[in-house]
Amino acid sequence: MIELSSITKSFNSGKPNQFTAVNNVSLIIEPQQVTVLKGPSGSGKTSLLTMVGCMARPTSGRIFLRGIEAALPYRHDGAETVEITSLPERFMNDIRRVTFGFIFQQFNLIKGISVLENVMLPAYPTGESRSSFQTRAGELLELFDITRHAGQRVELLSGGELQRVAIARALINNPAIIIADEPTAHLDSKLSYDFMEIVGMLKNAGKTVIIASHDPIVYAATLVDMLVEMRDGAIVSSGSRL
Amino acid sequence: MKTVVERHLNILDFTLASLLRRKGKNLSLLTIYLLVIFMLASLVFFVTALKREASLILEDAPDMVVQRLMAGRQDLVPSLYADSIASIRGVSEVRPRLWGYYFDVNGANYTIMANDDPSAEPESAMIGSAIARSRNMVVGDLMPLVSYDKVPLLLQIKSILPGGSDLMAADLILISSNDFRRLFHFPAEQATDLAVTVRNPKELATVASKIVQMFPDSRPILKSEILRTYQAIFDWRGGMTVVLLASALISFIIFAWDKATGLSAEERKEIGILKSIGWSTSDVLLLKFWEGVVISLTAFLLGVVLAYGHVFFLSAPLFAQALKGWSVIYPAFRLSPVLDGYQLAVLFFLTVVPYTTATIFPCWRAATTDPDAAMRS
Repeated sequence: MIELSSITKSFNSGKPNQFTAVNNVSLIIEPQQVTVLKGPSGSGKTSLLTMVGCMARPTSGRIFLRGIEAALPYRHDGAETVEITSLPERFMNDIRRVTFGFIFQQFNLIKGISVLENVMLPAYPTGESRSSFQTRAGELLELFDITRHAGQRVELLSGGELQRVAIARALINNPAIIIADEPTAHLDSKLSYDFMEIVGMLKNAGKTVIIASHDPIVYAATLVDMLVEMRDGAIVSSGSRL
Repeated sequence: MKTVVERHLNILDFTLASLLRRKGKNLSLLTIYLLVIFMLASLVFFVTALKREASLILEDAPDMVVQRLMAGRQDLVPSLYADSIASIRGVSEVRPRLWGYYFDVNGANYTIMANDDPSAEPESAMIGSAIARSRNMVVGDLMPLVSYDKVPLLLQIKSILPGGSDLMAADLILISSNDFRRLFHFPAEQATDLAVTVRNPKELATVASKIVQMFPDSRPILKSEILRTYQAIFDWRGGMTVVLLASALISFIIFAWDKATGLSAEERKEIGILKSIGWSTSDVLLLKFWEGVVISLTAFLLGVVLAYGHVFFLSAPLFAQALKGWSVIYPAFRLSPVLDGYQLAVLFFLTVVPYTTATIFPCWRAATTDPDAAMRS
């Protein structure tokens, strides 16, 4: 479970152009569920995701990870709770690597290297042997039906294929939580539905999925467990779809 | 420990893939880098080998050479000087030497020396291999020289001096004392200089000062001084060559600095992506470190190996004319391989280390930025 307690994120603090992207947000994200953050551009969805995903720290407030095995080595009170907001940078980095898988709006794949290399990228610094994560990458490529592109450079792939590579990359370290930021923004309807099928697959595999999107194909999908609506940095409504 | 090694190997793996992505940029950099290391290493190898060669040859030289000065110029030494010097305590042998230079009509300058061996046959000669090569002569051929009064002197070649002594003997002709005196109209009872041998090398300076006291117009030159002069000559020539290479070096430094420090927008974005998918700042810096090491170390090792072949197998055709000697007839010889660890280390620290540092430094800022920048790109 992820618990956000009174999270605020301000940019350019103390300057005339200061603005608050996330304002006093408290939220509980249940494990092994699909949570969608819905809202227009500038509503604070991405800022919230970056803080949940240990990419940025809130200006104030606390974020807890409860019962997430990969993060447990970083707890300091013996309980099954880790407060990520108080961790030093290097620990946040370690947690980000093993706990979260990211799917970006622009896919953020590295050009000039192969699909397989891109998928394996998050595993390189883990210290795991190459043969081990290469096998896993091969299985993921097979799962998403892109094995035939394994040796190809990513720039030669279509939008849908690129996204499947990005999803495979997000899963290479077997994270408990998948974070996707506007994952269907560059996809047509068919590919968007395909993506939601994959999300269903991830949910069935016991992953926690958090998606920021204002695409109805995403937030109206039946597999979404919780819908959180945001506007101007605050939660307007939230509720279980069950 | 295994994890640390695996992490390095994995990142090194990605480094190689990453370098191959920018083949053009990295190959051009590697080529220029390699060329600079090759030139510098060739120079270092060549000068070091020449200095060693000179010191090996001088091992057989007399402990001291005594010359006579007249009005500040070298003059002939009367034989009676030899008798007096021989009487100084500690001197074991004094040998008058006859030698001079012969300007051949072909434009070459030969060193002619009287053979110490009293049994040396008249009208015969032993010649250096470079002379034999340039004049296409073999043992048994006649070598015509012209005496001071334009009378031809025909010398039969008895032997050709071994190639191993080529650095000193490439342009040398050894003839009998009588032929030498005939050729140059050299006065009897006089010598070009005296070769003095001293029993105890520690006494050399004392013996030299006694000789100067005895003959104020004499100039004793110790073997160590000759060796120092050789070292200085080769160092000076090496230094001159470095100066000539300086413009190329400076161009390379500017080029390398530009290539190593210029982080393109694409490279910055890649660093952001790596950070956002879980790479830490140290992982990114490690990647850049390996990139720098792979390029600079490859250039260094290849450059050094090529320079070794260039100097010790091909006899350094690029530098030979500038560094070997001053004669028209250049000695053709293969230098004995010698590596100076200190100089190689200096070369390593002046090339590999600055480049690797220059590669890492600009990445530091990019690598320490928040990973969420990639989310918003």
